[in-house]
Amino acid sequence: MRKITPQVAEIVERFPDLHPPFAAQAAVVESNRCLNCFDAPCTAACPTHIDVPRFIKKIATGNLRGSALSILDANVLGASCSRVCPVQVLCEGACVMHRYNKQPIAIGRLQRFAMDAFYASDGVLPRKNAEERPQKIACLGAGPASLAAAAELRQRGYQVTVFDKHPLPGGLNTYGVAEYKLPLPDSLREIKLIEDLGVRFRFGVEIGRELSIDEIESQFDVIFLGIGLGVMHTLDIPGGNHPGVIDALQFIADYKTGRTTGIHGKAVVIGAGNTAIDAANAAMRLGAKSVTLLYRRTLGHMSAFDFEYEHAKLEGVTFHWLAQPVAVHANEDALSSIECMRMEIAADGSLHSVADSNFHIDCNIVIPAIGQSPLLDLLAQCSEVRLVNGRVAVDRATGQTSNPKYYAGGDCVNGGREVVDAVADGKRVGIAIARSLEATHV
Amino acid sequence: MSNPKPDISVNFAGIHSPNPFWLASAPPTNSGEQVMRAFDAGWGGAVWKTIGAQVTNVSSRYSSIDWSGQRMMGFNNIELISDRPLEDNLHEITEVKKRYPKHAVVASLMVESKREAWHTIVQQAEDAGADGLELNFGCPHGMSERGMGSAVGQVPEYAEMITAWVKEKAKTPVIVKLTPNISDIRAVAHAVKRGGADALSAINTINSITGIDLGTLIPSPNVGGKSSHGGYCGPAVKPIALNMVHQVMSDPDAALPISGIGGIATWRDAAEFFLLGAGTVQVCTAAMHYGYRIVEDMIDGLKNWMAEKHFDTVEDFRGLTIPKITEWKHLDLNYKIVAHIDEQKCIGCDLCYTACWDGAHQCIHLDRVSGPIDGHVELHRKPAEVEAMSKAIIAVTPIPKLDPPKALQEPYATPLARIPRVDETECVGCNLCSLVCPVEDCITMIEVKTGLPSESWEERTAATLTGKGH
Repeated sequence: MRKITPQVAEIVERFPDLHPPFAAQAAVVESNRCLNCFDAPCTAACPTHIDVPRFIKKIATGNLRGSALSILDANVLGASCSRVCPVQVLCEGACVMHRYNKQPIAIGRLQRFAMDAFYASDGVLPRKNAEERPQKIACLGAGPASLAAAAELRQRGYQVTVFDKHPLPGGLNTYGVAEYKLPLPDSLREIKLIEDLGVRFRFGVEIGRELSIDEIESQFDVIFLGIGLGVMHTLDIPGGNHPGVIDALQFIADYKTGRTTGIHGKAVVIGAGNTAIDAANAAMRLGAKSVTLLYRRTLGHMSAFDFEYEHAKLEGVTFHWLAQPVAVHANEDALSSIECMRMEIAADGSLHSVADSNFHIDCNIVIPAIGQSPLLDLLAQCSEVRLVNGRVAVDRATGQTSNPKYYAGGDCVNGGREVVDAVADGKRVGIAIARSLEATHV
Repeated sequence: MSNPKPDISVNFAGIHSPNPFWLASAPPTNSGEQVMRAFDAGWGGAVWKTIGAQVTNVSSRYSSIDWSGQRMMGFNNIELISDRPLEDNLHEITEVKKRYPKHAVVASLMVESKREAWHTIVQQAEDAGADGLELNFGCPHGMSERGMGSAVGQVPEYAEMITAWVKEKAKTPVIVKLTPNISDIRAVAHAVKRGGADALSAINTINSITGIDLGTLIPSPNVGGKSSHGGYCGPAVKPIALNMVHQVMSDPDAALPISGIGGIATWRDAAEFFLLGAGTVQVCTAAMHYGYRIVEDMIDGLKNWMAEKHFDTVEDFRGLTIPKITEWKHLDLNYKIVAHIDEQKCIGCDLCYTACWDGAHQCIHLDRVSGPIDGHVELHRKPAEVEAMSKAIIAVTPIPKLDPPKALQEPYATPLARIPRVDETECVGCNLCSLVCPVEDCITMIEVKTGLPSESWEERTAATLTGKGH
């Protein structure tokens, strides 16, 4: 794989760790606080079912290698998940300590501690089966779902190739996670372990362009669709195609890869999901004079997590509710303002615009974060893979699609959730594929 | 000055002390300067670091056992007796007594097993002004290799003989400090009582090796790559000390005024020793850990507890628990308790469940949702099945917009499925669940009336032997 490029110094400085790592003794104190629950609710809440008390108690005994391996056994992206997971609504949210009138155990930070130690000691992923097996599996997309499936299969000896149109693997884990949570090189470092298992990667390959789906079908026994979602919805209003309008995922990828190291003037972010928050926070840190987040509904309808909203307020982001953008205005080449109209929510919950309520917000950059479209063109090429509402329909337990040669997981199945959900899908599918191959070929 | 109740001053075998909290013979009482600061902090007495023929000590000297992130649950030392000149120690004893006439200063003594040597040291200590003498028959390391300390305390005849020699000379009360490194501590207590001892102190430290560095494979404390067994003390040894104090105090042939020693760090610990008959307590590890200042709460806490219990003096409650500890054969076989889980307090850690299944009697179940089934193990889901069910669940990250929170119909803060249930028909009342439960008063043991009269094993077997049983 490519050498992992170091980050741009300016980005490192602007995006320090939001949750700094534990010092060794602090990790032991925290791990000793864990009650070691039976059938622990944290483990049940984790989509990958990491055995949380097990890895935490291994930190307490100083068995850091064992701790990391027990994490990786359940979740091959344990390092990035420890830093990007919304733990407040997952493991830490389920911690019984909440009912003990105490802070929950800092599971995410402990997991990071174990994983950092694993990398510091040049740990490698173990095989789950030493035998080499001839069957070939293609994983389309190099995001968390594919990586998890690829690792699970490769660890059992299968021949796995991962395809991605981007030059770097990791999907949103590499290009889309706020840098103060997971810096880009750390995502690549984690994937290096999967490559070292013997998973082959082919980058810059767009299926349907450089390589047809038919070629893939003829070359591989099983195809895993971990393609995620496609481009972001564009701002379909006058001026929406101005070069000063840049979608949130592009904006985030640009600063993470060092293409953008700072911005000037005022920024407006449109949308109220977690990506909108990430973009707004990034704009603040990149030097925007002000960042305003526009949402046509209100706080109560926001799809972002509460803690993300609280964080954005601390970063200095201003929220403007019940505002619907109607036009982007430019002064010669530069963006000058965004025009909105006020909205109101009727008693029945329906949303209406308020007549003659247009107003302008001065801004120099507009960042829409209004969702991604599914990759319908690509999915249409996969014969007999049934979609429901633009999502790939699968058997939940195995990830198998209506075409038995195809399996799928991650955002293209769930419509866009967390990294850990994609990993859980990929892992389940990897295990299911291995089982089915064993059953048919033994 | 008024002497407000409760009055915690004590007269221990003729040694008067403003309170029952003494520093044990150890590093905290190594010099006059230290003992005076200790008295200023509130300690009622001090047993001077053992004097005798001056020794040379090694470095390092201490090691400890940490537990669950807490430091020094157990403490170990290989330090010998005072390594300062005898004359300095004697001179400082005089100085301390002059400045603190109302505090108890006890000289701890250890010399070679010769009558003259003991006579000389007794004379010297009493001339210096010591209020009493404590014979160190307990030190388990180093000195014992030279025929002193526990080498004496482990042989009743030696202990009796030396006690008698000391009593020939001593004008002040003689306390004998007992070693726990013996099969039955009462054997030596009997002997020194025969030898004329006025009082006892127990326990000295317990032979120990605290641990081994897994990097270097060297045990601790490390003295140039080697170690030696040491004397174990600190909170870890308190239960052992309490038992030995009780053994001595419940035996009329052994019982004497006793100064309790072993893991005492708080007034609560001290009160327990008094309840088993101790007249004073001696403290070392806790003072080495936190400094002399800990005595403030020991005094304050003891007084507050005594006031609450309407005890005016330590004598009012000293020894009250001795008769409550009997031989097993006198316990009531018809007394029955069962565990009760308070659903409001349960946090759902389910430690009681796993403890009962693996470590007790398989009578706590996670079946509140599927419906209770009382009775034998075979009727219930086993721990591995419970875990497998959880692991089989497909969990996803809840997203507020996509996954509106389900309206909870749960009666308690903890989901019903995670609140364990006790099968009272099978519960043997062992206490284990209530011990592992992290929440105070969540699991309580409730008495169940059996309707049967009290009957001990002794009574039951006697009845059987005489043909009256059934």
